[in-house]
This record gives sequence, structure tokens and C-alpha cells, in this order.
Amino acid sequence: MRFSKPSVIVTGLIATIGLSACGGGSDGGSSASATKCTNKIVHADAKQVSVWAWYPNMAKVVDNFNNQHTDVQVCWSNAGQGQAEYDKFQTSISAKKGAPDVVMLEAEQLTGFEIQDALVDLAPLGADKVKGDFSEGAWKDVSQGSAVYAIPVDGGPMAMIYRKDIFKKYDIDPPKTWDEYAAAAQKLKAAGGPAFGDMGSNVPALVTSLMIQKGAQPFQYDLSDKLNIGIKLDDQATKDVLNYWGDLAKKGLIGKEDQFTTDYISGVVSGKYATYVSAAWAPGYLTGQGVGEGDDAGQFGVAELPQWDASSPVSVNWGGSTFAVTTQAKDKAAAAEVAMGLYADDASLEDGWKTQTIFPLNQTVLKSDEFVNAKVKFFDGQTANKDIYVPAENAYSGATYSPFTVYYYAQLQAQMVKLLAGQTTGDQAAADLQKQLVEYAKGQGFTVR
Amino acid sequence: MTVITAKGTPETRVPTSSRRRHFRRDQIGWLFVLPFLVVFLTFLVAPLLYAGYLSLYTKGLATGTTFAGFDNYTRAFHDPAFRHGLWLVVRFSLVVIPLQIGVALVAALLLDEITGRLASFSRLMIFLPYAVPAVIGALMWGFLYSPSFGPMEQIASLFNVQAPFLLSQGNIFYGLLNIVTWQWSGYYMIIIYAALKSIDSSLYEAARLDGANARQIALRIKVPLVTSALVLILIFSLIGTLQFFTEPQIVSPIANGSVTPEFTPNIYAFNLAFRYAQFNYASAISFSLGFVVFLAVAIFTFATRKRGGLFT
Repeated sequence: MRFSKPSVIVTGLIATIGLSACGGGSDGGSSASATKCTNKIVHADAKQVSVWAWYPNMAKVVDNFNNQHTDVQVCWSNAGQGQAEYDKFQTSISAKKGAPDVVMLEAEQLTGFEIQDALVDLAPLGADKVKGDFSEGAWKDVSQGSAVYAIPVDGGPMAMIYRKDIFKKYDIDPPKTWDEYAAAAQKLKAAGGPAFGDMGSNVPALVTSLMIQKGAQPFQYDLSDKLNIGIKLDDQATKDVLNYWGDLAKKGLIGKEDQFTTDYISGVVSGKYATYVSAAWAPGYLTGQGVGEGDDAGQFGVAELPQWDASSPVSVNWGGSTFAVTTQAKDKAAAAEVAMGLYADDASLEDGWKTQTIFPLNQTVLKSDEFVNAKVKFFDGQTANKDIYVPAENAYSGATYSPFTVYYYAQLQAQMVKLLAGQTTGDQAAADLQKQLVEYAKGQGFTVR
Repeated sequence: MTVITAKGTPETRVPTSSRRRHFRRDQIGWLFVLPFLVVFLTFLVAPLLYAGYLSLYTKGLATGTTFAGFDNYTRAFHDPAFRHGLWLVVRFSLVVIPLQIGVALVAALLLDEITGRLASFSRLMIFLPYAVPAVIGALMWGFLYSPSFGPMEQIASLFNVQAPFLLSQGNIFYGLLNIVTWQWSGYYMIIIYAALKSIDSSLYEAARLDGANARQIALRIKVPLVTSALVLILIFSLIGTLQFFTEPQIVSPIANGSVTPEFTPNIYAFNLAFRYAQFNYASAISFSLGFVVFLAVAIFTFATRKRGGLFT
């Protein structure tokens, strides 16, 4: 019996270790104490604002900010990319300490943190001054009524990247509709070509965007009516999109690999997939992974995202991030200044879009000649911004997100695993999702409309 | 004191001073225990109590924190996610424990027979995987399993076939089985080997005089004599497997979604707490798992109480 006791203790500990350990981290207050900053502080006597962000060129961006400001300095650290950072942020919210003053969040994550009172309304702190810099769709994504919970930085208007060499070899034109996409995939397979694309289980945000493109509106939620939520995941549009990809997978026309893994990237380099349905940040991400620099240099082209109805195209967004001020920030005005000013200066934005690290949402850049007419090296000199990404961004009208995106994504991911393995149908997956999400919402105390 | 009264010299001073001496000695005893006690209370008992306290409450995104009593526990044992995870680790235990112990026992018996440089080298090699941290081991296997640049795939492509992806949804059970067996068999082998070395060799001599061959000595003498070590290993691996966490968590980013957020009870508790911010329910899940582990070990020790001298 001696060994049973520690075992109970150890399992019981799982929850608590993190509670104390993560909460006990560096105090993310705006105290001037020299905490662990990744960057150098230029003006040591100025107020310091701690920032979590994972943009690849963040070091340059932070230096630009610190050089240009004497009253406020950014103390930046990278707390992980996407979900890894959200987990840490969520834990620090639960522990009521340890959060940074300013945090980088993707737009679809905002509502989930807003409802926990973790983010500060920036409207009284001068957010309206920068409102004019952004499109209406982009601003809608960060607002709840008149409240503004974050400042947008970059977006993810979607398009279809494709391999020109494969398209040429098998005599395929970029598909304009999803029907053409499926037909081209069939043609490529019949001719003995590679997979036409890839659908991984770990891209729930992509799947959701494709569902919205077909006309689905998974969630209806407004923070001013905090306790009520509308959930509609079993509508025809959702079922159609899930069936479509499940069908392509079943016929072996697309790959089923998770994306952003080393395996997947090596497949992209070696031409294992003819297309990559993705967003405007994808070329930068792929370049960073070494794609388009060896044998595959100049082989990539980009076309508009295929449509369900070519006569009324719908533009959707995947990814794109914002800076939000947390309620744990001691000096909220200084933090707001950082949220509005960081990655908003010309030098940083230019570095960002030239290296394709970001697709900026700042209108001055979006409308500048240099940006619009840029010949993108990754696409072999194609004017990708002018032809594809800028029109897609301009047509984007914003979306509504749920307050439990993290949970929703986890469930969608589980359904995608089954769908791609042929263990469920799109109809069944949509029905299961609806049931799980409604149950979860009720368990969290929401009234489901 | 009894000595004193027996002697018939009732000296009241002596017993008090001896009692005081006893008392002082007790105090000194506590002083020795103190470092352990502080750590034990701060890092085990206190968090445990706190988790227990947390598990009695419930927190909804929309509703805030309310007292729930034992509702979280009722919910846990009715939660299909928790039950599926539990069923997986139970199935996993049923396969991995006999496998590990089988491998460890065979290796130990063989190493006990042979001597020389080869034996010590083999012993080290079999033990080596245990010296590799579990995280590194899992990462390494993740690479070996990789369908684009893993050696398995490269060997298979020589023969123009496709190697099975051992982390796919249907295969991940076996993929993990392999990792865990590789990692732990060496450790268990060392425990059995140590037990074998402590057996008096005159027993073998006697057996040989009675006409027993090597196999009979191994099965009739060695194995029964190391039973208590085997029971110990069984309990170790039972506890470890029911708390399965590290290996699936590490391979999950490359497993194409085969490792779900509720794959094992511990992974479920981890995700509940640090992903969905449900610390209360996560605590209840952890305690429920602890209860199951406790129960399993209790049943097991009861069933083996006659053999395992260690636990009676």
C-alpha cells in the first residue's frame, strides 16, 4: 500500500502545480524593475510595458518602438505561438497574476478573454484615434458595440497558393469554384499526379473560415447580452463544407497531414501538394521554413480562393492578430499607447510586409503604391497583393466569434480526425458538433438560443 | 519504568528525567524529519488540500464560481471523455505491463546466465533507454515514425511499399506501446537482475545435483525467488500507466490529431485546466483518477498479498 498514496497525491497535484507555478512567474506589472526582457531598453528611466508576442520580426519592431518613444518602453518576451501563448495567458488570468500588460491575440480569441474581464476597453483610452487606419471589417473583429478590445495589426485574407510546375505539367488551370477544384483534383489523380491539396485536422480556424464562406454562421454572440448565445453548427452550409472535404479525403485526392509540421513542410517543398488553401501570411511563413529557396524557387503562384458561387464571391479570413491590453496592467494608459503604437510605425510595417511576415491591415500601407504593386519574390514576381490579397481583404466583412473558441476548435479538430479517416460523415460531424457545443455552453451557464 | 518498579526502588526523579530525555530525543527526531516535512507539507499536502477545495466548486464562463459539493465527481464518472480515457489506459495497462515485465524478465534471466564483457555491455545497453529522458525518447520516436524522413519509411521505400504510420489513429496504441516498452523495460530489468543476484548460488548447485537443467533452474528456482521484485514492478508500472501523460502529449503535435484532448485522464485534466480554464473540474478529474489508481493498487495488493512479502 505504500505506493498508492503518492500516486493519489501526484495525480491530485496536476491541477495545482500549474496554478502555483505559473502564477508565481515574473510579475508582469509595469514596474520599472529590470525583468526578463528579450530586447534592450533604450530609455531606462521610462515606464516599462510588458508585451507577449510571437511575430518573427518582433525584435526589430520592438527596437523601432523603443527608439521612437522616450516616455514608454516595451519589455517584450515570446510566450509561445498561438495556442501555447493562450494557454499561458488563460492560466495567468485564472491565477489573477502573471499576465503581461499587452498581449498578442488572434481576432477569434478576443471574445473568450473579454467575457472573463481580462481585456481593457480601449475606446476611452484613445482607440478611436487609430480607428481610421483600419477597414470596417477589421475594426468589427476587435469591437463589441462601442467598446474596442484590441488594435488590429495583420490580417489573413484567404487565397489559393499553387504549384505552377505541377499545374503546367498536368495542364490544369487554377480552379475558380470548389466544383472545379474537385474536378481538377480528380484529373490530377487520374494522370498519376500528386495530391491536389491538404486538409489537416489541426486547422480548425481554416475549416471554420471555409464554412463561413459557404454561408454558415456558427455563432451569434454579443457581449452586451452576456448570457445568451446562438449556436448553429448543424446547418446545411456546414454540412456541405465538411462533406466536401471528407469526400476529397475519401477519394484520396488530397493529403490528410496536419499542417505546420516538419513533415507537412517537407511535403510542400517536394511538391507533394499541388495547392495550399491558405491566407496572406502563408508565403512569409513558408519562406521562413525554407520553402521556395531551393529546387522549388519560383514555382509558386497564387490565385483567388475558389468560390461556391462564382457570381457572388465571398471573401474570408484566416488568422491575423491584434494587440490587447490586459486588465492586470498597472498603467493602462501606457499599455494602451503601446497597443496602438507597436507595429504601427512605417519602418516596422514595411519590414513586416516586405518579408511577408504580415499582411498589414493599416490602410496607409494597404493603399500605398509600393505595397499594392509589389512584385512578390515568393510568387516569382507576381503582383500578388494587387491581384489577389488586397481585393480579398477589402471584401472581408468581419465575423462573429464565440466566447469559447478554444473549446470549439478542440471539438472541431476531433471531428476532422474522424471525418478525414472516413469514420464519420459531414452530416454526422456537424450534428455531433452542435450537440457538444450546446451542451458545453449550457454547462458554462449560457442560455442557448 | 517497569524496570524501576521491579527493582523496588521507587525514585520519582529518575522516571521524569528519562521521560524528559525521551521527550528531548523525540524533539531531535523531529528536527531530522523537518526538512522533509516542510517540503512534504508545502509541495504535497497543501496543494492537495487546495485541489480538493477547488474540486468542490464549479465555475462557468457566464455564471462565475458557485459551490457544487460533489457534483464535479458525479459528473466526472458520467463524463464519456473521462471514461474513454480511463478505458484506454486500462487497455493499455493490460497489454503493456505483461509485455514490459516479460521483456525485462527474459533479459534479466539471460544476463544472469552469461558473464564477461558482453554481459555488462548488454546490461548497459538494455538499461540505456531508461536514462534517456521520457520527453527526448518520445521526440526521438516521433522522428523515427515520421512518414517523410523517418528511417522506417526510407527502408520501406527501398521495397516500394509504404511503411505504416505508427501514430495514425488506428496505430497509435501500438506506436505508444513500443515507446513505453522501450523506455521502461531496461529499468525493470535492472530491478529483477538485482533480485537475481541476491539469490544464494548454493541453491543452484543443489538443483543441479538433483538433475535440474538450466531452464528448470530458471523457471522453478529463479522466477519464484524474484516474485516479490516482480510484484513491485507490477505496481510501479500499473501506477505509471494509469497516469499515462508524457509520451502521448509529446507526440501529439505530429500525430495528425490522433492524440485527442481527452486521450488519457491526465491529458484530459491538463487540457481542462490549462486550455479551457476549468481548474475546478480538472481537480475533480485528477482526484477521480487518483481514486481509480488507489483502487486498482489496493485490489492488486490484496490479490497478491501472499506472494509479495513487501506489501503485507
